Amino acid sequence: MNAELWLPVIFAGLMALSMLIYVVLDGYDLGVGVLLPLGNDEERDAMIASIGPFWDANETWLVLGVGLLLVAFPMAHGIILGQLYLPVAIMLLGLILRGVAFDFRVKAQAHHQPAWNLAFAAGSLLASLSQGVMLGRYLTGFAPGAGAWGFALLTGLGLTAAYVLLGAGWLIMKSSGQLQQRATRWAQWALAGTALAVLLVSVATPLASSRIAAKWFVLPDFLLLLPLPLISVALFGLLAASLPRLAARQRAGQDALCWLPFACTVGIVLLAFWGLAYSVFPEIVIGQLDIWQAASDPEALWVILAGAAVVLPTIIAYTVFAYRVFWGKAGKLSYS
Amino acid sequence: MDSLDPVILARIQFAANITFHILFPTISIAMGWVLLYFKARFNRSGDEAWMDAYGFWVKIFALTFALGVVSGITMSFQFGTNWPGFMQHVGNVAGPLLAYEVLTAFFLEATFLGIMLFGRAKVSNRVHTLATFLVAFGTTVSAFWIIVLNSWMQTPAGVEVIAGKVHVQSWLAVIFNPSMPYRLTHMLLASGLTVAFLVAGVSAYRWLRGDRAAAVAHTLKTGVSLAALLIPLQVLVGDMHGLNTFHHQPAKLAAIEGVWHTERGAPLLLFALPDEATQSNRFEVGIPKLASLIITHHPDGEIRGLNEFPNAHPPVAKVFWSFRVMVGVGMLMLAVSWLAWWQLRRGQLAPWLQRGLVAMTFSGWVATVAGWYVTEIGRQPWLVTGILRTADAASTVGSGMILSTLLMYLALYVVLLASYVSVVFYLARKAAPAANLEGAQP
Repeated sequence: MNAELWLPVIFAGLMALSMLIYVVLDGYDLGVGVLLPLGNDEERDAMIASIGPFWDANETWLVLGVGLLLVAFPMAHGIILGQLYLPVAIMLLGLILRGVAFDFRVKAQAHHQPAWNLAFAAGSLLASLSQGVMLGRYLTGFAPGAGAWGFALLTGLGLTAAYVLLGAGWLIMKSSGQLQQRATRWAQWALAGTALAVLLVSVATPLASSRIAAKWFVLPDFLLLLPLPLISVALFGLLAASLPRLAARQRAGQDALCWLPFACTVGIVLLAFWGLAYSVFPEIVIGQLDIWQAASDPEALWVILAGAAVVLPTIIAYTVFAYRVFWGKAGKLSYS
Repeated sequence: MDSLDPVILARIQFAANITFHILFPTISIAMGWVLLYFKARFNRSGDEAWMDAYGFWVKIFALTFALGVVSGITMSFQFGTNWPGFMQHVGNVAGPLLAYEVLTAFFLEATFLGIMLFGRAKVSNRVHTLATFLVAFGTTVSAFWIIVLNSWMQTPAGVEVIAGKVHVQSWLAVIFNPSMPYRLTHMLLASGLTVAFLVAGVSAYRWLRGDRAAAVAHTLKTGVSLAALLIPLQVLVGDMHGLNTFHHQPAKLAAIEGVWHTERGAPLLLFALPDEATQSNRFEVGIPKLASLIITHHPDGEIRGLNEFPNAHPPVAKVFWSFRVMVGVGMLMLAVSWLAWWQLRRGQLAPWLQRGLVAMTFSGWVATVAGWYVTEIGRQPWLVTGILRTADAASTVGSGMILSTLLMYLALYVVLLASYVSVVFYLARKAAPAANLEGAQP
């Protein structure tokens, strides 16, 4: 076996895995942040309590994903983040604002609280939008022109809608009473937006890139890939059908299946991510670099891989442990 | 225009971000262990005051940690955007070290932080203590890896350079490079001192306002004792670090001491205005032969001057003065902490000394940042000493883009820093239950 051939593939896989975990985990807490202004004072505290113990670790997956890009594909890191300089700066501004607002809103003087709430919501929105714009710019290979930027804006809105759907699903699962019912309504709105965005992106991507179109619309690959869109459509259908029923049952005081919307959304994100990864692989900067051209020396990759093989399973194990500690409905956040 | 040179802008932007970032890990590294100490005191004695102390300081820890996390995310992006040449040339060393930091430290601290902060009612006391330990341990492991990388950039070892690219020959030599043990100890002690003065300062502030909770007395004593214990160690380690610099980075040492021309029996300069144009100091005030005595342990020992490093020595005035700020704050810390320790042993702190401690609440930040300026500016013009020049690693991102984002970051950092400091003191005021207040002023 030739290490120069498969080491970059493994690292592309690890990086994609980190980004996927990031999108799901920080996706729900960014989504809750975007939804924050819709709640009243009491609901806002409950919303933030539901993500309180997790957000620090959730954001660490972004550091790992970008870190892997930096250490395993340094040339691609330079090109991609150089091209995305402005949206990255805006995203960082958003992440910084919301990260600190999280603590400041409960610790600062009472009359500053509305400002920090605003910073939390605005920061979450900025981060979500700019991540979506970054995705769109990346998929077009940083093409110039209004069309490419229009596409990036579309993915910006689309990813934000998906994060909001994740966030609403998270709240349905982790809250109860009036907040849960309102979250169900928010989920219905976000569902429509997400479905529209996924549809538009799915149609626009092969139109924008003949190379990606060629990868999808060729037999037998097309038939093998067909389950991806079909299961996605089924999950969207399940969500659309279940949300009103869940709402009715919640009003009757029944809470079974409260995890279903979140699980379906995670499923949709997984499938969409898989579709995008299939479209891009094995390139890392579309139209410019593939993963083998961009990869670091095998000597460095070996050292990292040895560590990752031991540490990553441990990380996943204690992450599961942390989620189990805070399993079930979120209580009030308290240091005691 | 020279001032809009993209390399300079990229350096200023990186320096701004890393300066802002380092403030918070400097606190959270040692604060984790201090919290574990509070927890252990409570576990052993059952004295609720120690848990009150924990409860108060864990809030400040959470705030500090959040600021560290978000400012650290910025760093992971800017390594590549501002210094693409860095990974290209030394990626074989820097890549694994950075990856190990994320894998072994970041997840550990961030994950168990949730349990440490909000899990007290959800897990057993033992698991909660364990979570506190793992967070403290994670912050320290993180410091270890990043200091290894920084020290390797200062004093590279264990590699061979082929066509401008480093290849590792011995990871042990890379990790235990010549300056690593000194820099790591120096930084951990700096973190301990920063936290000691933060705890002492905030506790003195609460005491001055009449908060007589037992927890305040406990933490005041903890902060003062820790400071008094660590500062002599820091002086000792700082001296050893200086000797290490003398051997491995003589140009940096010459800049620290303001020695333009190789000389024997060099004086220890207390004041001078180093002038690059004339290659000399103006208004020198020094103690004869003392620099040679401290560094070579001989009054007539030779110190190599900046003249031996043409076009390869750091900007002198910045290094010279940063060093004096660091040492000056350190000396002040020594005086204040020993005096406070002495007074506490005999009874109570004099009010003026309490105010002095309040004024020095964030003195650790000043010394730590000044110290980092010495070591980082002192490495210039090299990014990796002898291997890669800073200018050869800089990016091609336009100066307009860097300047506008730099201004955005600076504005944000000023607001956040002001908010942080004001919230720390606000929490201190809010912590006092009315019953504990003994009049407005003691």
